[in-house]
Amino acid sequence: MPKILAALAAGLLFGVGLTVSQMVDPAKVLGFLDLAGDWDPSLAFVLAGAVVTTAIGFRLVGRLRAAPLLAESFQTPTAWTIDRRLIAGAAIFGVGWGLVGICPGPALAGLALAPAQLALFVAAMLVGMAGFALTESVLAQRAGRA
Amino acid sequence: MQNFTPLSAALGGALIGLSAVMLWVMNGRIAGISGIAGGLFQPRAGDIGWRLAFVLGLIAGPLAYAALGGGIPAIQVTPSTGLLVAAGLLVGYGTRLGGGCTSGHGVCGLARLSPRSLAATGVFLAAAVATVFLTRHVLGA
Repeated sequence: MPKILAALAAGLLFGVGLTVSQMVDPAKVLGFLDLAGDWDPSLAFVLAGAVVTTAIGFRLVGRLRAAPLLAESFQTPTAWTIDRRLIAGAAIFGVGWGLVGICPGPALAGLALAPAQLALFVAAMLVGMAGFALTESVLAQRAGRA
Repeated sequence: MQNFTPLSAALGGALIGLSAVMLWVMNGRIAGISGIAGGLFQPRAGDIGWRLAFVLGLIAGPLAYAALGGGIPAIQVTPSTGLLVAAGLLVGYGTRLGGGCTSGHGVCGLARLSPRSLAATGVFLAAAVATVFLTRHVLGA
């Protein structure tokens, strides 16, 4: 239960951050991605503010704690190689992001603000995620049989 | 640059960073939205509740902001139904294949100086900028 409450609080804070920064607005995001238009560099400041805060916080936590407060260990990402999946996945995501100006965080955070359009986007996004999970499990089964 | 809002952008970014630090120090998890949501489709025992709770918080975030006196944020979603569906499929599949999105790679990964995240962020930013250039300035949509 404490883990669930901590996740709820972190999600809330994330949603407030997306709202304060206006990244929850796809029009604002497209204004950043449109270098050849009336360019709005604001999102670079969102990214910088988030990265600097996270970098400082992660380092502090690393110094002060050997384990998280509510879990047994830190789930540190272990992959370090830049492979084809990473590049292809990032490119596919980038095209989708550029088409509408919506990435996963703002899609969910915007659900209550523009439910008609964003429910559609989120449903399609979840189908894409489920499709990935399905292909992964099929591939894993095949590899297991071979 | 009439819409430039550097202060609120940096402040909002800092709040996003605080959220990432909070999830890390409390639960030991990376605040990557596509990973948190996508993990729901590859479920493991005891690993569902916190994901749903984070997503619920994320959805409630803008409403909490409004309740605190910030006002309901106005957002503009202009793309057509077909485009929203196509983009949603690409974003869902691509973020899972690439192991992250703007938050997991762009925020947490860059903060950890991960070479993978740096590469992924460069690629998805470049792809998004190219897509906007094509749709707005070449195809004129």
